Amino acid sequence: MLFLSYLISGISLGSIYAIIALGYTMVYGIAKMLNFAHGDVIMVGGYICFFACSYYGLHPLVGIVMAMVVCTVLGILIDRFAYKPLRQAPALAVLITAIGMSYFLQNSAQLLWGSGSRVFSSVIGKGSFSFFDGQLTINYLTVVTIVVCIVIMVGLVWFINQTKRGKAMRACSEDKGAAQLMGINVDNTISLTFAIGSALAAIAGVLLCSAYPLLNPTTGMMPGIKAFTAAVFGGIGSIPGALVGGLLLGIIEIFAKAYLSTQFSDAIVFAVLIIVLLVKPTGLLGKKINEKV
Amino acid sequence: MKKILSVCLILMLSIGLLAGCGGDETTNNNEGQAGGTENNAAAIKIGGTGPLTGGAAIYGLAAKQGAEIAVEEINALGGLQFELKYEDDANDAEKAANAYNVVKDWGMQISLGSVTSTPGTATASKNYEDRIFALTPSASSTSVTEGKDNVFQMCFTDPGQGAKSAQYIYEQNLGEKIAIIYKNDEVYSSGIYETFIAEAEKLGLNVVSTTTFTTDSQTDFSVQLGEAKNAGADLVFLPMYYEPASLILTQADSMGYAPKFFGVDGMDGILTLKGFDASLAEGVILLTSFSADAQDDMTVNFVTKYQDKYGETPNQFAAGAYDSIYALYNACTNAGVTADMTAEQINDLMIEQFTTMSFDGLTGTQITWSSDGTVSKDPKGMVIQDGVYVGM
Repeated sequence: MLFLSYLISGISLGSIYAIIALGYTMVYGIAKMLNFAHGDVIMVGGYICFFACSYYGLHPLVGIVMAMVVCTVLGILIDRFAYKPLRQAPALAVLITAIGMSYFLQNSAQLLWGSGSRVFSSVIGKGSFSFFDGQLTINYLTVVTIVVCIVIMVGLVWFINQTKRGKAMRACSEDKGAAQLMGINVDNTISLTFAIGSALAAIAGVLLCSAYPLLNPTTGMMPGIKAFTAAVFGGIGSIPGALVGGLLLGIIEIFAKAYLSTQFSDAIVFAVLIIVLLVKPTGLLGKKINEKV
Repeated sequence: MKKILSVCLILMLSIGLLAGCGGDETTNNNEGQAGGTENNAAAIKIGGTGPLTGGAAIYGLAAKQGAEIAVEEINALGGLQFELKYEDDANDAEKAANAYNVVKDWGMQISLGSVTSTPGTATASKNYEDRIFALTPSASSTSVTEGKDNVFQMCFTDPGQGAKSAQYIYEQNLGEKIAIIYKNDEVYSSGIYETFIAEAEKLGLNVVSTTTFTTDSQTDFSVQLGEAKNAGADLVFLPMYYEPASLILTQADSMGYAPKFFGVDGMDGILTLKGFDASLAEGVILLTSFSADAQDDMTVNFVTKYQDKYGETPNQFAAGAYDSIYALYNACTNAGVTADMTAEQINDLMIEQFTTMSFDGLTGTQITWSSDGTVSKDPKGMVIQDGVYVGM
């Protein structure tokens, strides 16, 4: 029974990682860059929802929508000002810019909202389902997190595979030059990717803060890094890979803590990652791309 | 295109500003001077560093405000005059060294050390090198005073807290089966854990589960709590600061696990955490040397003044800093210290005073100091009832 409850915690934590990992993986797949500011967009989403709900007393749903709108705009702005001027620059320059952007967001948040922690009140009501005479309890929040994760995943796969915009995205990710020649506006497509990724970050931020209700300007850091790991684990650039990677990472993390050692849980998680990458360098579901000459 | 962009930017900024309105402004208050004696040449300059911003800001601000009240009272007496200056160290050893230099350049003659242990260790070494006497209100690690003849503590040390917690649990029979969750990458938490477990073994307490977390993994506690619950623990010992503790309380509540929680002095501050549901902290036991609910004149006077001035109930950090200023005042009066003495002259007189004098304050009576800088003081157990600390 304890095993089941750990498994559910793992899936719940993994679902949040998976939603965050989607942002990393989509941007990487299309713009071929690692957007390290993604974790901090999560934090901004958390703050917007927090202020909307706690200070202005708005309905949580309104708060979530507001967070999504603000994060979407923020994501597009980040792309336009920080990354677009560097489209032709070497990958390393973009990477450093992304790290700089991450610090910029953190410090701006500290200036605007102070550095003290705030307690986020969950957007999902308290309460839980009880099974086996109360031996196993599952929070509403856990259920919502898992359902949201699945809905997002299905929606995204449909969007990428069935719509024209999605087709444009896939084209850009395969060959930007050729896509442009076919009449696709590559810059707009990249902006759209940032917009979707950032809106997902807002949802992830709200879910993350609901589950672990302490909000401060560095809240997004560690989940961001873990989710990036999950994206690499699952195969960066692959959307189902982000889901698989996120879920596995969450489950391994919880199980490592539960059955091996709370002291070394992170070391164990990363050891598993190294082993997977040694055996399969492109990640679990990553595609091997052969350079054609 | 440019127009749309600028509109977007303006929108973003205004949203940010609106949101910012909800916050409080005190955290941006980087430095402070108190006392009615603006740059009075005849005042003794007392400098301190503490986390006035950042995750531990509740402690730093409380200490600064407590000290300010004491300085105002003393200056109003008309005799010896004090001037106080606090600089922000953001709970970081490197920043603390810089903050220390700022107050030293200002002309600090006596130091209040730092508020927390990690920066406290850094500034204490500087106090020792510069021969400036320091009395820290709350930096409790032994590394703060070790090997430094002129650094003294107003608070009890970490090992003292660990052992005392175990004795409390044993004497008051608080728990049959004990679980411990501690933060293994922080000297404060692991230091208390080690002395607790040693004392618990001696007393024969039944520790059924010991789990840890680190700065990087202090979000999800489902496993640690699950293990404690599964082992049937009826008391969970939490030697840590209030931020992770607040998450543990929330998660325990959501999984329907309700043991007794026992914290140490780092737990102090949990009730002032913004937005925290105080009902979750109901019944939490913590160790502290100060109770704002005590009815003696001294406490009532301090609490009233503090509430009038800052609009909140003082915690033990504020009380410790208040006591520190008074202890320094007593020592200065006894030794006949005057404002024109150099820091080094004052230093020698203070060491002599502190190793011989006895002090009555908010945080204890008949307080004495040993020559290694530690204080003879016992922590009191408090339990949170209806959102206030009640002695037990």
